[in-house]
Amino acid sequence: MRDEDPVVLPDDESYGDEVQVDYPGYRSTRWRAPKRPLVPLPERLRDLAGPVFGEDALEPADNDLTRQHEGEPLGERIIVSGRVLDEDGRPVRGALVEVWQANAAGRYRHDVDRHPAPLDPNFSGAGRCLTDDEGRYRFTTIKPGAYPWGNHDNAWRPAHIHFSLFGRLFTQRLVTQMYFPGDPLLAHDPIFHAVRNPKARELLIARFDPETTEPEWALGYTWDIVLGRGGPGTTVFEETR
Amino acid sequence: MSRPRTPSQTVGPYYAIGLSRRPQNVLDPDGIELSGRLLDGRGEPIDDGMVELWDAEGRRFGRCGTDGEGRFRFRVPRDCAVLEALVFARGLLRHQRTRVYLRPPDGDDDLLAALSPAERETLLARPEGDGLVFDIRMQGERATVFFGH
Repeated sequence: MRDEDPVVLPDDESYGDEVQVDYPGYRSTRWRAPKRPLVPLPERLRDLAGPVFGEDALEPADNDLTRQHEGEPLGERIIVSGRVLDEDGRPVRGALVEVWQANAAGRYRHDVDRHPAPLDPNFSGAGRCLTDDEGRYRFTTIKPGAYPWGNHDNAWRPAHIHFSLFGRLFTQRLVTQMYFPGDPLLAHDPIFHAVRNPKARELLIARFDPETTEPEWALGYTWDIVLGRGGPGTTVFEETR
Repeated sequence: MSRPRTPSQTVGPYYAIGLSRRPQNVLDPDGIELSGRLLDGRGEPIDDGMVELWDAEGRRFGRCGTDGEGRFRFRVPRDCAVLEALVFARGLLRHQRTRVYLRPPDGDDDLLAALSPAERETLLARPEGDGLVFDIRMQGERATVFFGH
C-alpha cells in the first residue's frame, strides 16, 4: 500500500512556494481538493482590499496564551515572534494574526479531538494580535505536543502552531502552520511535505533565537511570514502616513 | 529581488478554536440570509470547513464554520450584487477562492462571460423563501468554479 501511495513524495523545486493541493499522501485531499484548473481572475479583481481590524478585535491576554486562566498551563513556556512582510520586504502593518494549537500533551480543546491525552484546564490554545508599525507580532505560549492522527499507519503530526493572517489585500490572506526546528516527525509528515520545494518547506520552520529568549523565563523562537505582494495600495498607504 | 512567500498549510479540523470564538457571520444586521452547504466530491457534507465572505466595496467581512450537514449561514447586505468568498477545510492545503453572485448581473460581466453556462450557474445564489441559497461543491460535474490567486 505504502509503495503505491507514498506518504511523502520526493522533493520537487518546480512547485516554488506553492503547496500541492492534491497531495496524495494527505488522504483528506482526495474528495476535497478541486480537480479542475483554477480560472484566472480579471486584473480588476486581483487587488481587492481586505478587511481592516482594529484594537476592538482584541481581548486582554489575547497575545499571552499562558495567562488566559486562573493558573498557568503545563509545558515549556515559549515566546514566538517575528515580522509579517510582503514579497518586496515591506512590513505589513496592522495585520490580524490569529493562532491556535494543541496543549503540551498534544491535545486540542475541541470536541472532535479524541486523542487520549489530558486536557489542561489552564490552556485554551488560542491567541490573536495585530502587527505593529514594523510588521512585528509576538505571542507567549507553551510548546505544543505532537499528536497522532488517522491519516496512515502510526501517523503523528509534528509539533506546530496554526497561523491565520489578514494582510491589506484579499490576495494576502494566508492560513498556514509553524513548525519547530529539529523535529524528527517533519521527515514523515505529508502535510509539511505537500510543499514540494525543500527551500519553501524551510520557510515553515521557526528558528530558536537566543535574542528573544528571556533568561529564567521562556525560550524564544523567531518566525517571519511573507505574504503576497502588497500591490499599489500599500505604497500609497505608506506615503500618505 | 522578491522574497518567496510563506507556503499555505491546511486549516485542519480544529480551526474553530482560533477562528470562530465568536459569531462573525453577520455582514449586515438588516441584510438578507445567505445559506448553503459545503460538499465534497462524493456529495458528502464537509462538516469541518469554514467560509469567509468579503464585500470589496464596503469592506464588510464575515465568516462561518460549517455544521454537521455542511451548512453555513450568513446575513449579507441587500444592496450588494456580488461577494468574494474563501473556502477553508481539513484536506484543503490552500484555501480556495470563489464569488457569490447574489443576483444575476444587470449588464455584461467579464468574469461570468468567460465561463460556460454550467460553470456560471455555480456562482449564482438562488432565491429560496426569504433568503438566498448558495452551495459550494469542491469536485464533480457541478463543481463550483474556483479562481487563481
